[in-house]
Amino acid sequence: MTAIKSEILFDESPRDPEGGQDLPPGIGIYALAWKRLRRNRVAMFFGIVFILLVVLCLLAPVYSQDVAHIGPNTENLTGQIRVGGKLEYVLSLQDVPIGPTWNIHHYFLGADESGRDLAVRLLYGGRASLEIGLVAMLITMIFGTMLGVISGYFRGFADGLISRTMDVIWSYPAVLLGITLNTVIIVNGLGPLHSTTLLSTAIVVGFVYIPYIVRPVRAQVLTLREREFVDAARQQGLSHTRIMFGELLPNLSSTVVVFIPLMLANSIILEAALSYLGAGVQAPNSSWGTMIQSGLQNFPGGFNTVLVPGIMLVLTVMSVNILGDGLRDALDPRSKVKV
Amino acid sequence: MARFVTRRLITMVLMILAISVVTFLLFIVALPGGNPAALIAGRLATPAEVHLISVRYGFDKPIWVQYIKTMGNIFSGSAYSYSQGYNVLKQIGKGLPATVSLALGAGIFWLLASIALGTLAAVRSGKYTDRVLTVLSMVGVSMPPFLLGAVIIYYVGYKLNLLPLSGYVQFGTSPWQWFKHLIGPWFTLSVLFIGFYSRVLRSSILDTMSEDYVRTARAKGLSERRVLVKHILRMSLLPIISLWGLDMAQVIGGGAILTETIYSLHGVGQLAAMAIGNFDTVTLLCIVMLTAFCVVVMSALIDVLYAVLDPRIRL
Repeated sequence: MTAIKSEILFDESPRDPEGGQDLPPGIGIYALAWKRLRRNRVAMFFGIVFILLVVLCLLAPVYSQDVAHIGPNTENLTGQIRVGGKLEYVLSLQDVPIGPTWNIHHYFLGADESGRDLAVRLLYGGRASLEIGLVAMLITMIFGTMLGVISGYFRGFADGLISRTMDVIWSYPAVLLGITLNTVIIVNGLGPLHSTTLLSTAIVVGFVYIPYIVRPVRAQVLTLREREFVDAARQQGLSHTRIMFGELLPNLSSTVVVFIPLMLANSIILEAALSYLGAGVQAPNSSWGTMIQSGLQNFPGGFNTVLVPGIMLVLTVMSVNILGDGLRDALDPRSKVKV
Repeated sequence: MARFVTRRLITMVLMILAISVVTFLLFIVALPGGNPAALIAGRLATPAEVHLISVRYGFDKPIWVQYIKTMGNIFSGSAYSYSQGYNVLKQIGKGLPATVSLALGAGIFWLLASIALGTLAAVRSGKYTDRVLTVLSMVGVSMPPFLLGAVIIYYVGYKLNLLPLSGYVQFGTSPWQWFKHLIGPWFTLSVLFIGFYSRVLRSSILDTMSEDYVRTARAKGLSERRVLVKHILRMSLLPIISLWGLDMAQVIGGGAILTETIYSLHGVGQLAAMAIGNFDTVTLLCIVMLTAFCVVVMSALIDVLYAVLDPRIRL
């Protein structure tokens, strides 16, 4: 692993035109990164797209109650709706669900195989996908950083134990490990975790990705711990905990922040993959992954039910990824091979 | 050199041992919820029947005895699935041709495509081409294989009728049908890797470009093409090749579950997905171990290869 340099060149800080005695006031790395990020129009655009998507999904209950007047699980097997002046069945006589009506008040994006409103389900499903992604990302980041710091700081036995454990986790393909762990939880339960909570999927997804954070954090701690400020802290008699969390962690923040969008994107995709294989979110909850999975059940009829959540999923993950890419360039323009 | 290789091989064996123990605990002990005998006996079995099964399969023995017995069964090729009754290794063997066909075709495609696109993006760095390629690679890494597969099957297969919808045809039966059935899976599996690899290669090339020896090569008056191919690419390809090795190992070991499932290739990955559905713990155990072994062996190979290529690594 290449050590990632964390110093930022202060090439953009304002210079005194007189070449005067006073050094310009320092500008923090985040303020500097924000300045760089703002210039990256593509990243900013997709950042705004992502925020809009999140707000839209958070407004799911509002849309469901006040605009569409139909719940996410309200089935409509025999009903008819008025489209362009004439009545049409929500489910045709061949059980093919209706396509998009483009009418914001009913079946804006069409219906699914049980006659449920796809647009309402899309927003509710998005909430589940985003919640799982967020919680999983937090789990990965918190535990990954902690283990990486401990492993790099203490070296020796702790490092050996943590690194080898991470190697073992890393050897399993993420999807395979994910479905196995989540199946264990879905079938047997694990303490407060059982099949009807979103939390079990979030924890499994978060767990699977922990090694992806431990390695880079550990690599950086290994170089940081040899620096003078750590020596100084040690001379002052600070405890290991204070050195790790008070001295090392702040210096790691830019490395860690770079991984946040990347892990969020990966978590959302892995959740969808698990749900597609039937080992993720369980009924009655739904996410984009379960919507795609149930849409594929009556393939090739009603492909709309696959496409709608699919486009949403890709759009969300892509905007997070592009934002993350911009953030990485902004925070760490001189970083070596980017992963 | 010999010392380095020996040490690396010992680590590899220890890793394999650790993986087998962890996998065993996960699948045989945790997955059935503590009592695999009840799972085999079915819902209507009496406690006496469950006990009988538990004695027959050796579930009443201590865990470490069970571990040794299970591993013995697997490595002697006599591991049988409790719920399906087939010989697991034979079943995996049946899935291997499809999986290996998928892995080789896709692997070659994604390696070549990402080298081409990554180099192009690096050479045109900052220009319009580079930006378009960057966005495309972002679309690639954001695309779940099962979704891309579904879209290709629906539009290219079902609507345009250009490709078969799904399934796998043996190469021996009909090479042309084999090829036609695999075009979709190859492409689907490759897209994600192309997006990722081309980004890594692009930044790797950009890093190498500022090295002194590249400037020297230019100063000698070598053509730009020669500098790129002989001096820059040769060095920048190293991280790509090692990534490629690990990913190939995963795919061959059944890691391409999503692609295999959506195209219903009946390879090792799909076997794993079906085993999850049936709670077929022995099959899962074997496949997961196979995958993990492939990865561990491949990563040891790559480390040794690196040490051969670059003397600085032999510590």
